[in-house]
Amino acid sequence: MSIEVKNISYVYMPKSPYERLALDDVSITIPEGKITAIAGHTGSGKSTLIQHLNGLISPTSGSVLVDGVDIAAKGQAARAARRSVGMVFQYPEHQLFEETVEQDIAFGPKNYGMSPEEISERVRFAMDFVQLDYKEYSQRSPFQLSGGQMRRAAIAGVVALKPKYLVLDEPTAGLDPKGREELMQRIMKLHRQEKNTIILVSHSMDDIARFADNVVIMNRGRVLMEGTPHEVFVREDFIRQAGLDVPQITNIVKALKIRGWDISSNIYTMDEAVDAIFQAVKVPRRPGGTSADRSGGAEKC
Amino acid sequence: MLTDITLGQYFPGNSLLHRMDARVKIVLLFFYIVGIFLFDNNWCYMLNTLLAVFLVGLSRLSPLMVLKAIKPLWWILLLTFIIQIFSVPGEVLMKVWIFDLTYEGLEKGFFISLRLILLIGVSSLLMFTTSPLMLTDALEALFKPLKKFGFPAHELAMMMTIALRFIPTLMEETDKIMKAQKSRGSDIGEGNLLAKAKSMIPILVPLFISAFRRADELAMAMEARSYRGGEGRTRMKAMRMHKSDGWAIGVMAAYMMACGAVYWLL
Repeated sequence: MSIEVKNISYVYMPKSPYERLALDDVSITIPEGKITAIAGHTGSGKSTLIQHLNGLISPTSGSVLVDGVDIAAKGQAARAARRSVGMVFQYPEHQLFEETVEQDIAFGPKNYGMSPEEISERVRFAMDFVQLDYKEYSQRSPFQLSGGQMRRAAIAGVVALKPKYLVLDEPTAGLDPKGREELMQRIMKLHRQEKNTIILVSHSMDDIARFADNVVIMNRGRVLMEGTPHEVFVREDFIRQAGLDVPQITNIVKALKIRGWDISSNIYTMDEAVDAIFQAVKVPRRPGGTSADRSGGAEKC
Repeated sequence: MLTDITLGQYFPGNSLLHRMDARVKIVLLFFYIVGIFLFDNNWCYMLNTLLAVFLVGLSRLSPLMVLKAIKPLWWILLLTFIIQIFSVPGEVLMKVWIFDLTYEGLEKGFFISLRLILLIGVSSLLMFTTSPLMLTDALEALFKPLKKFGFPAHELAMMMTIALRFIPTLMEETDKIMKAQKSRGSDIGEGNLLAKAKSMIPILVPLFISAFRRADELAMAMEARSYRGGEGRTRMKAMRMHKSDGWAIGVMAAYMMACGAVYWLL
């Protein structure tokens, strides 16, 4: 099953001077169990698009099917379909409100009518996922936490719902490189462990190249391209037209190629680049260098 | 959802009304309102209505926008109308239980409702065609003479500017927080009164926190730019009167005289 977005258009503030077509006949399929990245520059309609996925806004025309159920419909099935999509907004720490971290994370599970035992289990699970120690943090006020911890507590509030589809709108915005790397690793771990579907809105082409199975590039309310990162990044002209860039490492590899290196230019991740460079200089690759070491280095360059 | 409110919203444009000096607009609106209340005979109402329609046409805004601004006051209008038609003594047209529906009441009710519609319509026209910044600047300029008596003209104007500036921001914020909590399964505004009030907590707490944070950041940013009140401050966009403002004043004066003449002669 999957999320199917069928020909949706959305008119922002209709019948006023600010009227604008935010989404123009958008159709995408988000396959289950995969990581789909949505990229596009500011105002390209990314945020509007993801808010359609759990029915926060209704399309002016078109429909959204989650596992084959039209989420705009009434009744239990549509409600369950809407609830199977969890949404982490940009700067989610701004939505914290409870007296303790535990209560705030429990807010969602409680609304879903879970039993107290299950709620408590979910809170522990979610706090463990975001690496907030239950003993130390569960009874603290969320407003006493540091910025990064607040972000993690807020994400835990959505993760506790164990959504089948997890939408993250720029989850790493405003975090330091270490926090960014850690958060992305945790999301990948959750993805592997729970086999859930991740929809990731991101500006970072490096992250997209590293983590995503599918990429959707948005431009001016339309889907410009859809495909695997390799399929998408080959069309550099299209990417630039959308106001985006290919991954930084691709630019480095291309610069090497221009200098006469015998190297493929279709390289999008640090891993591929390291392999290709070793191959180009004909030195056997040093064993033991783990991918985490290298990707950690990627943040610094 | 929350962005649908039109009252107090500015719609950018380049019509004659948009280009007029905000001070002139406010003063003329004041005279217009005085005119509505002072000259309350039928002929003057017709002139008043004509002028209002003319102004809407001049603003090049859709008349629907202006009607939308009046819509929230629909109940007040209806209530005033009903009270008027039954409470004014005169020629009885119909008897409803112990109340008499009179011809005079019908007339009075109609004109009082019309007066309210004109009042709100033309005032909202001012809001629609004047950016909030220009509006507060104009108010500051108009209240400046009162400074001698200790009236904090600049401080009030600054407070208004800031408040107006943050309405859309806070609306957006509310919208975002509501959506975030809805995504966590909160049913906002459902159930009985107590449940409704309770469901507001997850929205109000983050909203207040963000409002305080913004206020703090704004204060800091203002201090960092050496803000110290209005003393000796000059404007990037100095307010200047143009020929069109002169014409507007002339038209308004002629209109007031016409109304006065009609009122006292007929």
